[in-house]
Amino acid sequence: MRIHKINLPINAEEIANIKPGDKVLLTGELYTARDAAHKRMVEILDRGEELPLDLSRTVIFYCGPSPKAEGNICGAVGPTTSSRMDDYTPRLLQAGLKLMIGKGDRAEDVMQEIKDHGAIYLSAIGGISAVLNSCIVSCETYLWHEMGAEAVHKFVVKDFPCYLI
Amino acid sequence: MKYVSHETIAQKVCDAICEISLNCDEDVKKLIKEALDKEDSPIVRDALKSLVQNHELSPASRVPLCQDTGTTVVFAELGNNVRIIGATLFEAIEQGVIAAQKSLPMRASMYKDPLFNRENSGDNSPPILHIEHTHGDSLTLHIAQKGGGAENKSFMQMFTPSTTADDIIEYVINGVVNAGSQPCPPLVIGVGIGGNFEQAPLLAKRALMRKLALPHLLPQYSQMEAKILEGINKRGCGIQGLGGDLTAMAVHINTAPCHIASLPVAVNIDCHAHRHCTLRF
Repeated sequence: MRIHKINLPINAEEIANIKPGDKVLLTGELYTARDAAHKRMVEILDRGEELPLDLSRTVIFYCGPSPKAEGNICGAVGPTTSSRMDDYTPRLLQAGLKLMIGKGDRAEDVMQEIKDHGAIYLSAIGGISAVLNSCIVSCETYLWHEMGAEAVHKFVVKDFPCYLI
Repeated sequence: MKYVSHETIAQKVCDAICEISLNCDEDVKKLIKEALDKEDSPIVRDALKSLVQNHELSPASRVPLCQDTGTTVVFAELGNNVRIIGATLFEAIEQGVIAAQKSLPMRASMYKDPLFNRENSGDNSPPILHIEHTHGDSLTLHIAQKGGGAENKSFMQMFTPSTTADDIIEYVINGVVNAGSQPCPPLVIGVGIGGNFEQAPLLAKRALMRKLALPHLLPQYSQMEAKILEGINKRGCGIQGLGGDLTAMAVHINTAPCHIASLPVAVNIDCHAHRHCTLRF
């Protein structure tokens, strides 16, 4: 098993170098987005307006964290099912998105688009939230607070484990 | 007559939800460790190790096993000599759910309206409650915290009486294999056979709450459980799609009488967090 340590944002050479069966440890900033945040991002792009995120430098983590307990840096974090984001992903790829993290298989045409855009989709393990929590250096609600768990949260992570399946 | 106050029920439900959200089922822990001992693939070992580590870290750090802390599902057995004081059973359980959401805290994962007003209830209410009326003076609550990913991949079909056990075995295996890694394997599979359109899924969900891998009492059904489990693990995707022999940890079949024209089959999938417990009052 090859292990890649990557400082975010990821570059094209690093993306090309990651092969199926490899483990990737990410260090840097991740932004969470689930169904509701994806819908809003695509609506903003479709109106021709600018997103409050530079997608070409942003890693999107399909995740809705639980609230943090007092004294903890962050609540429970982990991937949600990526295929639910398939309808929105091509639009975000067009806007420059290069790295997505989630769980589960995605539609073949979406996987092809990810490849065509020189982007990459990595899998995190579901149901290991306490382990992933220990990789979080800081955590804040970044955009759209009213969405609660579905808001965009900014995580700074160190050696956050993912795999290319 | 036994009297149980709604405060007692709420407190115990709250404590139970927090407990199962942090402490993994002992039978799951054992199966994961056994799979790790047998596994050769470095990447599968790596993933299984992270599960074992999570089982230790979650209670120590009080960070839930999974960020999808789930919807509360309760199967109640309510004795005819039990009276609940101060609230209905549903209200008492809902108070416990809300208290647990605040206490742990759990993720608020419930929308008030499924389609038009997807506004979060903010406190993980409401729970989903099924009540069975029994004899005697005891109240038993079988509680599960059910995540959305595995629930979304559950399925059912109204078969006809010409369907054979082998047809059902194949149907369940194919459905679980097609779900791939989305429901977070290693899985627990509940299969409801019989009843009608609404009872079959309830049988399947109730089957998830049986002690892990305790076989069905009737040999015909326990043999089906074993065949389905073997079939899934031969063809399955392993932990999070990384491979290995452990896609399902257990298959539990639950049955009920059904109409002469029908043979409903429902399959409810549970992820490896498998959060469930039983409270007795």
